Amino acid sequence: MGCGRVGARVAQMLTTAGHEVTIMDVTSSAFSRLGPEFKGTTILGDGTDQEVLKRAGIERADAFLAATQGDNRNIMSSQIAKHVFGIKHVVTRIYDPLRSDTFTALGLQAISPTIIGADAFYEKLTGEPAQPLSV
Amino acid sequence: MYAIIAGGGKVGFFLARELIEQGHEILIIENNSERAEFIANELGNVVLRGNADEASTLAEAGAERADVVIAVTGDDPRNLVLLQVAKRRFGTRRTIARINDPRNESLFRMLGIDATVNATQVMLSVLEQEIPRANLVPLLRLRNTDVEVVEAVVDPRSRVTGSALREVDLPPESTIAVVIRNGSAFFPNGSTVLEPGDEVVALTRGIHEPRLRSLFFSER
Repeated sequence: MGCGRVGARVAQMLTTAGHEVTIMDVTSSAFSRLGPEFKGTTILGDGTDQEVLKRAGIERADAFLAATQGDNRNIMSSQIAKHVFGIKHVVTRIYDPLRSDTFTALGLQAISPTIIGADAFYEKLTGEPAQPLSV
Repeated sequence: MYAIIAGGGKVGFFLARELIEQGHEILIIENNSERAEFIANELGNVVLRGNADEASTLAEAGAERADVVIAVTGDDPRNLVLLQVAKRRFGTRRTIARINDPRNESLFRMLGIDATVNATQVMLSVLEQEIPRANLVPLLRLRNTDVEVVEAVVDPRSRVTGSALREVDLPPESTIAVVIRNGSAFFPNGSTVLEPGDEVVALTRGIHEPRLRSLFFSER
C-alpha cells in the first residue's frame, strides 16, 4: 500500500525476486514510478478501505506492507490486514517514533525511517554507534 | 469530568460548548491556528494548538488525567490512531470516536475504541423510522457481538399476524423478547398471537435481520 519511492522500489525488488505483488495507491500517476517493466498488479484505491483491500486480493496474501506518507493510514490499514484478514506478516512504516513505539507494543512490526535515518546520520558524523534516545 | 476533544471543527466546537455549559472541564486540540484562535475567542482558554495524533500533544493536554478522549476530526485513520495512543500510552479510561465511514464501526470496536458515533448511521436509523415499509429499526448492537436489538411494528399484511408465536417460522438465533400493545409491554410466550400494530422488540444476529424483516412485513 503506497506507491511512493519506497513502496515502488520494494515492489520492484519483490517482483524481481519472483514474488507476486499487488501495489495500491490513491493517485494513478504514482504507478509511473514502477517503470514499464513492472510485472505486478496495480490497484487504484485507499488501503484503509476493506473493500479495496479485498479487490487487491488481500484474502490470499502472505504479507502486507503499508508505506504511504501517512502514519495513521499505515497504522489503520496494517491493523485491518492483521486483525480482520489475519495476515501474519505485516510491516508498517511509521515516521513518528512515539507512535512507532506504541504500535510496536500493540503487535505491529513497525519501521521508523526517522529513527533509522537519524541513527545512520549520527554514526556517519561521529563514527560511533547510535544510542537509543528515550522519548 | 475532564474531557479532551481532538478536532475543533463544527462537531468539536459545539460539543465543547455544551460540555462547558454543563460544568465540565474540557480542552480542544486543534491544529489550524486560525480556527484555534476563533475557538479561544468564543469559548475562552480551552484550546491547545497542535496535532492530536502526536503523543507529545496528548501528553501536554493531560491525557493521563482525562476521563474521556473524544476524537471528532473528519479523518477516520487519525481518530482511530490518536485514541489508540491515548488508551495505550496514557491509560485513558474512555475513548469515543466520530466515524465518518459507517463501515469502520466494527473495526474501531475490534481495535479497542469504547464507543463510536456515526452521523450517516444516525440518519439511516431516522430514515428507517420514517419509512413505513422498512420499519425494522435497529435499536442497538450488543457490544462486541453481531447480536442486534431490533424493533418492528407488525404490518397487517404480515404472515405473523393471527397465528400463535410457536407456529411462526422465526429465523434461527432470533427471539421475540417483548411485545408492546396499546402502550403496555408484555413478555410473549408460545401461545401469544401477534396483532397488526403490535410493537415487537426482538434479538437477532445481524445476518438474520433480512429474514426477520421479511417476516414482519411481507404479504401473506
